[in-house]
Amino acid sequence: MDIFLTGLLLGGTYALIAMGLNLQYGVARIMNLANGEMLVAGGFCAFWFYTAGQVSPFLTVAIVAPLAFAANWLIYQVMLRPLVKRAKTRGQLESDSILATFGLSFVAVGLMLAVFGGDYFNYSYLSRPVTFAGENYGLNRVAAFCGAVVICGLLYLWLNQSRAGLSMRAIATAPASARLVGISVGHLAAIAFALGGAVTATGGALISTFLTLDASTGVMFTLKALIIVIMGGVGDVRGTIVAALLLGVVETLVASLIDPGLTLAAAYTLFILILLFRPQGLFGRRQT
Amino acid sequence: MKRRTTLKMTAALALSSMFGGAALAGSHSADPIVIGAVAPKTGPLAGGAAVTHWPNIRLWAEQVNARGGLNVDGTMRMVEIIEYDDQTNPGETIKAVQRLATQDEADFIIAPFATGLNIAAAPIFARYGYPQISVSNITDQVEDLASKFPNMFFTLGSTSAFASDVVRILSEMRDAGQLTGNRIAMVNVADAFGIELAAAARPLFKEAGFEIVYDTSYPLGTQDLSPVVKAAKDAAPNAFVAWSYPPDTFGLTEQAIIEDLQVEAYYTAVATCFPAFGARFGAQAEGILGAGGVNPDSEAFKEYAAAHEAATGAKPDYWASATTYASLQILEQAIEAVGLDREAVSAHLKEATFTTVLGDISFNENNFNEAFWTVGQWQDGVFRGVAETGREGASSVRVKSGWGS
Repeated sequence: MDIFLTGLLLGGTYALIAMGLNLQYGVARIMNLANGEMLVAGGFCAFWFYTAGQVSPFLTVAIVAPLAFAANWLIYQVMLRPLVKRAKTRGQLESDSILATFGLSFVAVGLMLAVFGGDYFNYSYLSRPVTFAGENYGLNRVAAFCGAVVICGLLYLWLNQSRAGLSMRAIATAPASARLVGISVGHLAAIAFALGGAVTATGGALISTFLTLDASTGVMFTLKALIIVIMGGVGDVRGTIVAALLLGVVETLVASLIDPGLTLAAAYTLFILILLFRPQGLFGRRQT
Repeated sequence: MKRRTTLKMTAALALSSMFGGAALAGSHSADPIVIGAVAPKTGPLAGGAAVTHWPNIRLWAEQVNARGGLNVDGTMRMVEIIEYDDQTNPGETIKAVQRLATQDEADFIIAPFATGLNIAAAPIFARYGYPQISVSNITDQVEDLASKFPNMFFTLGSTSAFASDVVRILSEMRDAGQLTGNRIAMVNVADAFGIELAAAARPLFKEAGFEIVYDTSYPLGTQDLSPVVKAAKDAAPNAFVAWSYPPDTFGLTEQAIIEDLQVEAYYTAVATCFPAFGARFGAQAEGILGAGGVNPDSEAFKEYAAAHEAATGAKPDYWASATTYASLQILEQAIEAVGLDREAVSAHLKEATFTTVLGDISFNENNFNEAFWTVGQWQDGVFRGVAETGREGASSVRVKSGWGS
C-alpha cells in the first residue's frame, strides 16, 4: 500500500512532465525535444518568484502558464510553421521538427545559462511530512500530485466536451479529414503546441518544489516524457496518465522490493515490453 | 600577413565568445599571459562547476590584473583568460585543451573540472607539456597517474582518505558514546565517484566493527529517493552515510526530513558544503556531515570569502572553492618564481612550498598534496571542517539531534 502510494505520487510527477509533450506531439505533430527546457524555465520562474517575494509556486502558475503559452505560440508561428508548410509527409515533418527543436533546446539552455546562471536552483517549499495510513509523504509531492490530477482532469474534460477540444482530437486522429469538415488545422495546431508548452511549464513550476534543477537538466525530462508519451499512445491524454502512473508504480516497486539500482532498467524493460506487444502504445490507435 | 593576423584574432574572439564568453582583460604595455580554462558550463556537472570552479577563475584573474598583472622576469604582465565549455563531455574537454594549446597558444591551462574530465584530459596536457594542477579530482590512482603524467598534480585528496576519515569520525563518535550502536546504512550513487567510495568504505566499516545494515546504490539522476530513505529507515541505523552527488544530496536530505530519519550521524558527500545546501535546509541542516570542509575562522579564508562574494556575487563553497583558488595561487607563485617556461614551472611545483588560502601546500613524490580537509559538518549555520589530514583548525564533531524544523 505504502509502495503503491509512493509510486502514484511519482507517477503524478511523470504525468506533469509528459502531458505537455503529448499535446505537442499528438496534436501539433511536433516532436519537441526542447520540452524539458520549457519545464526547467517554468521551474526557474517559480524559484525566482519564491526567493524574491515568497510567492507560492502554486500561485506563480498563474503567471507562468500564460507566459509559456505566449512563448510557445510564438515559437510555433516563427520557427515551426514554415516546417509544417513545406513538409510533404508526416515523416518529413517529424524529422524536420526533431532537428529544429533539438537545436532549439541548445538555444534554450544557452539563454537560461545567460539569464539564470549555471548554479543549482533549489528551495524548500512545503517540505513537510503528511502522515497517511501510518506512513510519511512529502507535502510538496502530494500537492504536485493534486496539481497533476487537476491539470489532467481539466485537459481530459476539455478535449472531450468542448468544441475546440473535439477539433483537437480530430486533428490528432485524422489531420487530412479534419480539414474537410472545416477545422482550421494550422490555427488549432498552434494552440495545441502553445497549450502543451504551458502545461509543461506549469509542471516545471510544481516539480521545482521538490526537485533540484539547473539550466542543463532539461534533457533528462525530455527523455522521460518521450518514453511516457510513446508508451501511452501518441495523442491520448488517458494513455499518458496511465503510462505515467504505471511507470511510477513499477519504478517504486522495483526500488523498494528488489534494488534501487534497477529502477532505470525496470523503466526501460517496461518500455520495451509495451513496444513489443502494443507498438502503438497503451491507448494508441494502430496506423492504417 | 597583417590582415591574416587580424582575421585570426577576430575569429578567435568570435569563437571564444561563442563558446562561453571570453573574459578579456586588456593590457597595453606587455602582451598578456594567456591562460586557458576548460570546464562544464552545460551538462550534468555544470551546476557544480558554476559554484566551485568558474567563479574562482574570474576572481583570481580580476585580482591579478588589479595588482597590475604577474611579474614575469621583471615585467608586469596582465592575464587573459580564454574560457571553453566542455558540455561535461570528455571528448569536448580534450578538443578544447587541444585548441587552447595549438590555436590560442595558451601559456598555461587551468585543470578541468571533476575526476573523469581531468583524467580524460591528462594525456593531452602531457602531450603539450602543460602542468595540470587538478582540484576536483579525487581518486586512488594518484601514484599510477603521476607516473604516467609527471606534470599532473593533485590537491583535493584521495578516495581512500575520504572514506577512511568518515569511518574514523564515526568510530570516534561511537567511542565517545555519541553513537549508541554500530548500525550503518550506506547508499551510493551509481557513478564512478560513488561506487569507488562505497567500495573503499565497506571493508573499513567492517574493520572498525560497524555493521552495515543497509547497502544499496541508485542511478545518477534518480527522481524519487523515497524508497531508498524508507528502506534505510526500516533498517534502524545509528548512522546514515550516502556517497552522493549534487542533485541526490539535496533529494536524500529532503526525504530524510520528510521520513523523519532518526540517526545520530547523517552524512551526504558532494554538495553538502554548498552554501545553497545551508540556505535550503536552514536549521534542519544543523549537524549534517559532508565531504570537504574548511576552517571558516582562519583570516585567510575570511578574506578570500569576502573577495569571492564581492567579485562574483556568490559565496564560495566550504570545500573545493578555496582549493580551486589555492591551485591558482600556486600557479601564480610558480610563474612569478620561474617565468613562463612550462617545464620549469612543473619542476618548481614539485619542489617548492606555496602559501595559499588553505595554508602552505607542497606536493610529495607523487605530486600529491597530503594535507587536505576530508569531513565537514554544518554547525550553527556554517560548514566547519571536522576531519583533515594535516590542516589546522578542525572543530569537534556534534551529534545530529533530529531535524527540528
